Amino acid sequence: MRLLDLADAYVEIGRQIDKRETRLQGRTQVNLFFEASTRTQSSFEIAGKRLGADVMNMAISTSAVSKGETLLDTAMTINAMHPDFLVVRHQSSGAVELLAQKVSCAVINAGDGQHEHPTQALLDALTIRRRKHHIEGLIVAICGDVLHSRVARSNIHLLNKLGARVRVVAPSTLLPSGIGNFGVEVHRNMADGLHNADVVMMLRLQLERMAGAFIPSSREYYRFFGLDEAKLGAAKHDALVMHPGPMNRGIEIDSNVADGAQSVIREQVEMGVAVRMAVLDALSRNMPGGGNA
Amino acid sequence: MIAARQTSQRKAYLNAHIVAPAQGFDGRGGVLIEDGWILAVGPNVTRENAGVGAVTFDCAGLTLFPGLVDMRVFTGEPGNEYRETLASASEAAAAGGVTTMIVMPNTQPVIDDAAIVDFILRRARDTALVRVAPMAAITKGLAGELMSEIGALKEAGAVAVTDAVKAVVNANVFRRALAYAKDFGMLVVQHVEEPTLSTGVMNAGEMASRLGLSGMPSAAETIMLERDLRLVEMTGAPYHASQISCAASLEVVRAAKAKGLPVTCGVSIHHLTLNETDIGAYRTFFKLSPPLRTEDDRSALVGGVSDGTIDVIVSSHDPQSADTKRLPFAEAAFGAVGLETMFSAGLGLYHQGDLPLARLVDAMSSKPAAILGLESGRLAPGAPADFALADLNRSWKVEDRLMRSRSKNTPHEHRTLEGRVVETVVAGRTVYAYSH
Repeated sequence: MRLLDLADAYVEIGRQIDKRETRLQGRTQVNLFFEASTRTQSSFEIAGKRLGADVMNMAISTSAVSKGETLLDTAMTINAMHPDFLVVRHQSSGAVELLAQKVSCAVINAGDGQHEHPTQALLDALTIRRRKHHIEGLIVAICGDVLHSRVARSNIHLLNKLGARVRVVAPSTLLPSGIGNFGVEVHRNMADGLHNADVVMMLRLQLERMAGAFIPSSREYYRFFGLDEAKLGAAKHDALVMHPGPMNRGIEIDSNVADGAQSVIREQVEMGVAVRMAVLDALSRNMPGGGNA
Repeated sequence: MIAARQTSQRKAYLNAHIVAPAQGFDGRGGVLIEDGWILAVGPNVTRENAGVGAVTFDCAGLTLFPGLVDMRVFTGEPGNEYRETLASASEAAAAGGVTTMIVMPNTQPVIDDAAIVDFILRRARDTALVRVAPMAAITKGLAGELMSEIGALKEAGAVAVTDAVKAVVNANVFRRALAYAKDFGMLVVQHVEEPTLSTGVMNAGEMASRLGLSGMPSAAETIMLERDLRLVEMTGAPYHASQISCAASLEVVRAAKAKGLPVTCGVSIHHLTLNETDIGAYRTFFKLSPPLRTEDDRSALVGGVSDGTIDVIVSSHDPQSADTKRLPFAEAAFGAVGLETMFSAGLGLYHQGDLPLARLVDAMSSKPAAILGLESGRLAPGAPADFALADLNRSWKVEDRLMRSRSKNTPHEHRTLEGRVVETVVAGRTVYAYSH
């Protein structure tokens, strides 16, 4: 909650002409992205820069990793340069945890495999809270490829904690086993899953992880699980439409809905910068010379 | 610490608590040995009748049992000696009371040729502290396609055939291997896992979903097991499921045995003492194949050993180094070391009252020896003098720096185990003596 309050303040700063803060002056932030990302990486970069940190992006495809260096060797090498923040994305679940055990700086998980993507969940919560003014009691339907989604897992944990009623909606092949024990209602068709929902959160169909035939085809998926105006009609008339991006238009979401009046997809991106500023700020306060230390 | 070769000397181990499941003996007594063979066992072996010139050892407070026969040991020799050699594995074995290691064929090169069997046996003779016998590959190169020369491998000294960490997936190839191996009296040992269903990295279920790791459902094991048992029924060939890991497989084996099929099976000590929650925050030393499953599965497996449905306990000793283990969970190798801790971990089950001591020794020694047709695994006149002595109540802490295995991937790191081996004897020769 305090993080969201802090982020709220940073939304305003982001809308000013002079966006520069000095809270992180002298701090070094390294973005270590083992998996390609445009929006999360640039969002963290802008967040760090607006707070005055020196931000470096490590492009992994051109670095020593492609020469066979292990994750930990790369991390230790960067650690030796004394960064204050390491922002890490990795394709393997648990990789960020492993790395955090071995380095001495603050590590921020920018997404690990199919495990977690905490800042995405925070920015989603902030977006919802700003629009609906509260989260407790809202019905949030998370729809689509839950199986492969770290966004879904982090959102389930956070929204549950904040008192929302969370549903997941997907065909059985895209639901992880034991999902019923995550504190969610499980639905296998959109009409039931979206009924009376306050928020409809679509997930990207991870086409790159589709080896093994989870669904017959993307056109069949669109027919039954793609969010169009007709399916959205089951939700409340003022329901928010969200998507973590990047979108597969015409597969999990129709363009009319994605760009429609209920969509807050672009606002999510704006909130992303604010939330990441709040996270960096909060972490820095507990560092030596950071105010709370 | 290791006595020199003392061949024609008579030795008497007296006043021990003797556990000899194959002989149905469990009580106070002694063991008299000479020239590497057992002369006499039981309450009548005393200082008075040990014979002139016999060296005597008072074993009061210690338990003496036949040396353990570990049916599933991986070393790195030949091919990956930096992980483990036959020599270093044998030191770990000796410290754990294991007097015979059955080594797996997935080496580089693969043990699918009589010359490689011969190489293993010669290297073991020259470098290892304990007895070593290899299992050879069922199929050439472990590729699952062409049968290896099972007859020649048997002649060379292979004790069984297995494709080690892979199942033979092609049903027709496996059926022929069973039928052919039967003619040569060769046991076929299968890694029971249907690979197209078992594509993950840990047990399928809520825990895997929470960690964001892909799952290996237990049905992948039972499907392969059930298929194999149909082929065993068809061919009448003896079959051993290398390791089962779930309660459902236990039911399958129980039904097959009730039908009278020539079936035996094993379980690793890890699956009897750990469960999937031990993985915690992506701890790769707990990444095993088959995977650690639920607590319900674990306790069912212990019950299965206790009632004899599961015949054998193995260490599944699989040395892996930092370069294959210090990785994100999904990318890390499967396997954990276990030779040195198998007996002590098993004693934990005994101390908890879950497993009688005689059954524990039977499952780790007498039963595997009988399944493989080895002379060891028993304490009887004429048997090889392979045995170990343990202090059942001496607790000790597992520390990787003290472990003899060249690789330190033990799931018991920093744990305190209750009871340990204090002396191991192979062919009458002391190959390990505990000192602290």
